[in-house]
Amino acid sequence: MDCVHCGLPAPDGVRFCCHGCEAVWGALRGLGLPALPAFAPQPEEALLDDAASLARFTRREPDGTLEVELLIEGMRCAACAWLAGQAMLRVRGVREASVTFATRRARVRWDPATRLAAIVAAIRSVGYRAWPYAPGRIAMVEARERRTALRRLWVAGLGMMQVMMYAVPTYIAGEGEITADIESLMRWAGLLLTLPVVLYSAAPFFRGAARELSHARPGMDLPVALGILIAFGASAWATVAGHGAVYFDSVTMFVFLLLGGRYLELIARSRAGAALQHLARVEAASAERLSGPSRHDTEIVPLARLVPGDRVLVRTGESVPADGELEGPASEVNEAWLSGESRALERRPGESLTGGSVNAGRAFVMRVTRVGVDTAASSIRRLMERALEERPPWVAASERAGGIFVLAVLACAAAGAAAWWPSDPGRAVWIAVSILVVTCPCALALATPVTLVAASGALARRHFIVTRGGAIERLAAATDIVFDKTGTLTQGRPRVLSVESLSGCRPEDARSLAAALARASSHPLDRAIADCSDVPVRDAASHRNVPGEGVEAEVAGRRIRLGRAAFVAGLHGRRVPPHVASDATRVWLGDEAGWIATFRLGDAVRPEARQALEALRASGLRLHLLSGDGAGPVAAVAAQLGIALATAEATPQEKIEYVRALQQRGARVAMVGDGVNDAPVLAQADVSVAMGGGADLAQLRADAVLLSDDLADLARAGAIARRARSIVRQNLAWALGYNAIVIPVALAGWVTPLAAGLAMASSSLLVVANALRVSR
Amino acid sequence: MDILYLLIPLSIVLAGVIGAAFWMAVDGGQFDDLDGPAVRVVTDDDVPR
Repeated sequence: MDCVHCGLPAPDGVRFCCHGCEAVWGALRGLGLPALPAFAPQPEEALLDDAASLARFTRREPDGTLEVELLIEGMRCAACAWLAGQAMLRVRGVREASVTFATRRARVRWDPATRLAAIVAAIRSVGYRAWPYAPGRIAMVEARERRTALRRLWVAGLGMMQVMMYAVPTYIAGEGEITADIESLMRWAGLLLTLPVVLYSAAPFFRGAARELSHARPGMDLPVALGILIAFGASAWATVAGHGAVYFDSVTMFVFLLLGGRYLELIARSRAGAALQHLARVEAASAERLSGPSRHDTEIVPLARLVPGDRVLVRTGESVPADGELEGPASEVNEAWLSGESRALERRPGESLTGGSVNAGRAFVMRVTRVGVDTAASSIRRLMERALEERPPWVAASERAGGIFVLAVLACAAAGAAAWWPSDPGRAVWIAVSILVVTCPCALALATPVTLVAASGALARRHFIVTRGGAIERLAAATDIVFDKTGTLTQGRPRVLSVESLSGCRPEDARSLAAALARASSHPLDRAIADCSDVPVRDAASHRNVPGEGVEAEVAGRRIRLGRAAFVAGLHGRRVPPHVASDATRVWLGDEAGWIATFRLGDAVRPEARQALEALRASGLRLHLLSGDGAGPVAAVAAQLGIALATAEATPQEKIEYVRALQQRGARVAMVGDGVNDAPVLAQADVSVAMGGGADLAQLRADAVLLSDDLADLARAGAIARRARSIVRQNLAWALGYNAIVIPVALAGWVTPLAAGLAMASSSLLVVANALRVSR
Repeated sequence: MDILYLLIPLSIVLAGVIGAAFWMAVDGGQFDDLDGPAVRVVTDDDVPR
């Protein structure tokens, strides 16, 4: 059936080829006709206004208006965002509507008298579709965290600047230049402004310290909280009593700089999380389900109501709502979100589709096989979240060291104060404060996790998904890297390696002829032949498919067969030419007059493999090839890629033995495989990487997944992991050196609390900034 | 120097006002999207009538 508006082919039972046509057609009709039946809220949209879904998606603002976050599908550019925003603002009762193009989200505030369905319908009237969106767990937590952190930082910053104004005159004024009552006034002002900084901005440190105490595990918050508390308490006492030194300026500055470091850390984490949010965005919010076997009715259902077995219509430009199989017709999809591959990939009936891919070809019908948490997109998200939640050994070790360190610092502070108390009690207090403040356990407790999080963000941007907490450090430590062959170094599917002409015709003509026959078949070998032809394909008629044998068709009046030698020979009765070697998989092409050509097929090495392996070898890794395949193909691949250590015909048990033998010789083994068939050997290796392209992600047993299937990304991932390791080491070295110098100096009483705060905070900023370098 | 008796309390009030203004700005979501507004100036904002 053709599209009512533009006349292009539309799927059976659907009046439009795309939403654009539907919108324009509706708008045009709207000019001439009184009613716009197409844009009355659809039943599914009307459901949005029931109490339960309003409660689930909307927030009630203090002024009685409702606010909702909408996910808008189909936006292509910033102008689309503007258009969608305008459409919403024209609905009566909408107070505010802002659309963010980058996240495809809109925030709308409206009077409760207006129905949400009308707003959603208004967006549909301009050609986009909108669904209420319940933000993911991580995104929501992150947004709240960032707001709170920003507020605390600002309160501390404001307090710091203002308190410093009261402190500086007393520092620079000579004896007797400031009258006692002015000085007392400035002290009270300082106390008043330090109060919110200590009570509000520094609250996370006190909470952290309380948590550390209740778990009996001293961490970096404990000395910080003690330092703030002692310095503030002593200063407040001095203010009230009217004599003694005040350190309000030191307290506020210390809190401000420390919060600055934490804020940087938060940004690093959210950048790493951006990769996660990117995956969250690829999922559609709704799907167009075929409600009967007749293909004549579709209904829009929210994604949550889709079940396996449903048949779904995916229009041009829309995203595939769930994992499934293509029913027809053949189309093209773009899987850039998953693999980074920007070209659209051809998909034929029966082939699998990944939810989140975008339909770049014709509208098609698909059968849903997996929904919700089972889909590839959710699996990846879950794997990444798990990796972020797991506590990698590096972090655990540095936290243990941090705990011991903190105890030592507390002991030092107590000892320093005790030593100075007899001679000068006033000085003893601020020496204790200086020691508590100046020591910097952050390089131990803070910088390592920040480095790892930044590294996993950088890796995710290169389509290398870390699924286990310790994977980065173990990848950095690898000395040997063992590759599987099929699907890892090679593409895992047959390709035409060469064409030999047997009748004197040009190989290109043979290709074109063979492609004409192969197009109708879904056999992998025929697919390879159909794909290898870049010349115009000839027209073929009256196709006949003989399963297991080959294809027969008529091209320009000639009967032609493509397939096994015996099948093709049945047409002309000649013997197989003796000079053709039988070394590989072959497909034959012939007509009634005799043989035309033969195609040699095999598994081709990935085009980028050579360069990527070169890079891995240059970084000092020993390369191994370990395959269950026959000796011939394995040796060919090893020779082509320059791998000296190749083992063929290995059983799964032998593969495990091989890896174990390497490990007994002291090697740290990274294993790269397809992730499903070689799960046991992946488990034996120190760190395992699975090629994500073919694997069922939910079943995956690897420490990391290479979603792009691009070995160059593997080489880059190795480099990032090693950089992360060297940055962690730099930070540890810095922390040791810094503390070894400042603690004796502070014990001697040469460090004022102000200088201590400055030194400690700049040390932690330095360490965090260094950690962030990894993502560049 | 008597003016300090006025100016110092005033500075506290001022700090409070600035803090409150910033607080509202954060709650209003002004710092949530730091990239979008830079792009918004190039989009056409004439309201079609």
